[in-house]
Formats: sequence, C-alpha cells, structure tokens
Amino acid sequence: MRLKSWKELETGVVILEPGNSVLYRTGTWRTFRPIIDMEKCTHCMFCWLYCPDGSILVKDSKVIGIDYEHCKGCGICARECPRKAVTMVEEVKARMEEAK
Amino acid sequence: MAEVMVSKAEVKALEGDKAVAEAMRQINPDVVAAYPVTPQTEIVMEFSQFVAEGLVDTEFIPVESEFAAMSSCIGASCAGARAMSATCGPGLELMWEMFWVASGLRCPIVMAVVNRSHAAPLNILTDQTDMMGSRDTGWVQIYAENHQEVYDNFIQAVRIAEHPDILLPIMCGHAGFVLGHTLGRVEVLPDEVVKNFVGEYKPLYSLLDIEHPKTFGAYDHWDYFFEHRRQVFEAINNALRVIPEIGQEYGKISGRYYGLVEPYRLDDADVVIMIIGSGAGACREAVDEMREKGTKAGMLKVRCFRPFPAEEVVKALKDKKAVAVMDRCACFGAEGGPLFIETGAAFFNRGLPMKLIDYFYGLGGRDTVPSEFCDIFYELSQIAETGEIKPPLVRYLAVRE
Repeated sequence: MRLKSWKELETGVVILEPGNSVLYRTGTWRTFRPIIDMEKCTHCMFCWLYCPDGSILVKDSKVIGIDYEHCKGCGICARECPRKAVTMVEEVKARMEEAK
Repeated sequence: MAEVMVSKAEVKALEGDKAVAEAMRQINPDVVAAYPVTPQTEIVMEFSQFVAEGLVDTEFIPVESEFAAMSSCIGASCAGARAMSATCGPGLELMWEMFWVASGLRCPIVMAVVNRSHAAPLNILTDQTDMMGSRDTGWVQIYAENHQEVYDNFIQAVRIAEHPDILLPIMCGHAGFVLGHTLGRVEVLPDEVVKNFVGEYKPLYSLLDIEHPKTFGAYDHWDYFFEHRRQVFEAINNALRVIPEIGQEYGKISGRYYGLVEPYRLDDADVVIMIIGSGAGACREAVDEMREKGTKAGMLKVRCFRPFPAEEVVKALKDKKAVAVMDRCACFGAEGGPLFIETGAAFFNRGLPMKLIDYFYGLGGRDTVPSEFCDIFYELSQIAETGEIKPPLVRYLAVRE
C-alpha cells in the first residue's frame, strides 16, 4: 500500500472510507503464530468467536485456517480452544520452517 | 475607497467580558460549552442569560470541568457545529490535553481567554502565562489591547479559524480585570452586519452525515502521524496571510483595520518597546511623553503571537537602534520570555543585528505605569548611544530586590 503524502491526506485525522482497516496489515506485529492442528479441530467456532481481529478463516461453517495478514498473535484462540488444537509457535521459527 | 461601507455602530459601555458575550450573541454559535472561572465567569454568566432569554439558538452545555468543556466543543465541532468556549488561567490548564486534539482534528473552535496567572502563589489577576504556556498547541493566538479590540477580535476569530486554509482553533486573549471587569467604550456593530460577516459555518466533514460514515481521530503509527502533524505546521502558518486579509475585510464594515502587528509612532523611532495586550495602553502614554522630551520613542504592539509574525516584526524594527521586549508571563528557564526569544531568533535567522533586551513585567496583575515604560526608554536611549547592553540581558521590571 503506497503511503499518502501530507498534501494528499484528507484535512484532519479523518477516514472517509468505512471498513478500510482490512488494508492495514497488523499481521506484521506478530511474535507468536497460532497454528491449528486440523486433526484435532472439531470446528466448534470458539476461536472464531473469541478472535479480537476476525482473523479465523471460515468456509461453509468450517474453520479452514488463519488470516496471517491480520492475526497479531495474541494467543486467545490457543487459550480458548477446548481441544488444544491451536499451538503458538515463535514467528521466527515458523518462518524458518516455511523457508525450508 | 468606494467599496468601504462602514456600518452604523451603537456605542456601548461594556466590560471586556461582556463585550465577548455580546459578540457571541451576535455570532449565535451552534454550541457553547464552558465552565466558569474567575475572571472569565462573566462571559459564561452573561451568555447563559442570553440563552435563557431565547436571544440565541445556541445549545449551551454547562459542563462539570474545563476538560469537559473542551471535549464537548471538539465533539460538537466534529459533528459540524460552530463551537465556542471561554476560560482562563487554571481552567485553561485543565483543557491542555484537549488543545492538541482540537488542533489535530482541525476543529475551528473559537475561545476567549481572559488572561490569568497560574498558581502558586494563588492569584486570580492577570498575566499571559496561560496562553503563552499553550503557545505551541496548534491554536492561533491573538490578543486585545482594549475593549474595542476584545469585541473586534472575537468576531474576526470566527473567520480566521474557519478559513479553509487554516481550520484550526483560535484563542482570543484579553487581560483579566484590567479589561475583563472594567467598563470601556465599545462600538457594537448591528446584529445583521456581524451575522453576514461571519456567515454560515460549512464544515468539511460531519460525524452526523450518516449517509457517509467516517472515522474521526483514529490512531496513527509512525507511518502517518508525522504527515498529519505536517498539515498543522502548514495550516497555522497560513494564518500569517489570512489574519491580515480578514482584518482588512473587517475594516470595511467597521472602519477598524487589523493586521498581525500594530506600530505606534514607529516610522522615525530609534528606541522601541515591543508589547502584547493591555499594557500597550500605558506604553503609548510613555511614547508620547518621551516624544515631548525629544526622544524618538515608538511602540510595536504584537496582536498575533501564534503563528509568530517574524517577517513583520523584523520589517518593523530592523532600522531601530534598541528594542525592549516585554514578556508578561512566567515562562521559566529559557534565556528570556517567549516574545524575546522569538524576536531575537527572527533577527538572527535573517542575519540581522539588533540590540534587544527583555523585561518580564506585570506578573500576577501588577500594573505597569507610564513612568516605568519611560525608564525603559531612558535605558534604551543609553544602549542606542553607547551601542552596548550592560548586563543583565533579561530583567524583571519593578520587582523589589
């Protein structure tokens, strides 16, 4: 996302376009990454209900993953999951794992 | 001068505070939120009476504190209302946090400040510590010398604050008691003339525009915070151009023209006193007295302190031999008061030399009389003659040693 100059910005601290927070990639703040073990997941939706950022991806009433663009890694999903299906992995390690 | 259509004014004897209330009545703002504090109380008293009598359409909010007063004004302004307040001294202090919100959100709130000292020692009398302390909060600041200016400034302030190139809040200062509680001659313009001059406020955005939902005052990271601040730097500096424009336009309806600074017998002056606010009255007397004695004395009154009119100050003073800068505020720890520091910087930054000395004066309501200003002119004449400033550079006028 190209950042606007001070001349391009609207006058004052005002956001004219509702619902644009999706453009802000809060996923870059994450230190720990939640990883769902789909073998254990029962699709109870607790994680979806508790996630403060709406980052649990759901399709046809099934949990299908996590929106890592916006997940801040707060760990609430891991704590609330009744089946302990969510593990918090250090982001650095998760990335190294991905890079392999 | 064919386009000049000075309106027939009604001459009234008004206290400075009532002159503000009268201007407020004529402006008929959408919202006034204020909390009484001496010596500003009479503005709130008088205006709330106008509200009770149905003379205005204003939503008057009798808040529980100054913090709430400023917060209410900000909320009202974001909703698209023309919002006003009045305060002084410790009341102004309590608004502090919200000053930055008001300027950051670009709310053109107009506020009268009846200049009062800060405790301790407890004191309710006048000096300019309140407004000077808040000089860097992104508010435009203008000061009145007399009752007429109290009235005139408040009306012009609406147009200055709401100007599309500014859109910032503004403080109009006048001395507590000395102007606020004394009677003065005020030419009050007809209601219709004031109404037409201020016009209708058309906000850029409104929170109440539910067809186009918006977010006001969201969080900025390092990625946008600085750009938003940069806008305020630009906007307040635009006031250097706009304030004299509005001052000229106001002259056409009132016969009284306003700029950023006002010279008095300055053209051929050698020694000059630079001053803000009501003290300029006694200083004028001293200028006349010194002129009679053959000293080429002059005065530069600074009407607008924020933004600081550096260019105009240097232009007005650059040929002078010695200048005394008067600071009526307790701003501790710098090499002199704010007016002195900024005047010195203005000369230095243009590579121009100037013999400048600073006087802190009149704190906590202490009067400064013409003979004291005359003493300063004698001191300046000495500096002009010898070309040397004997220390100290920063002095305290009429303080018992």
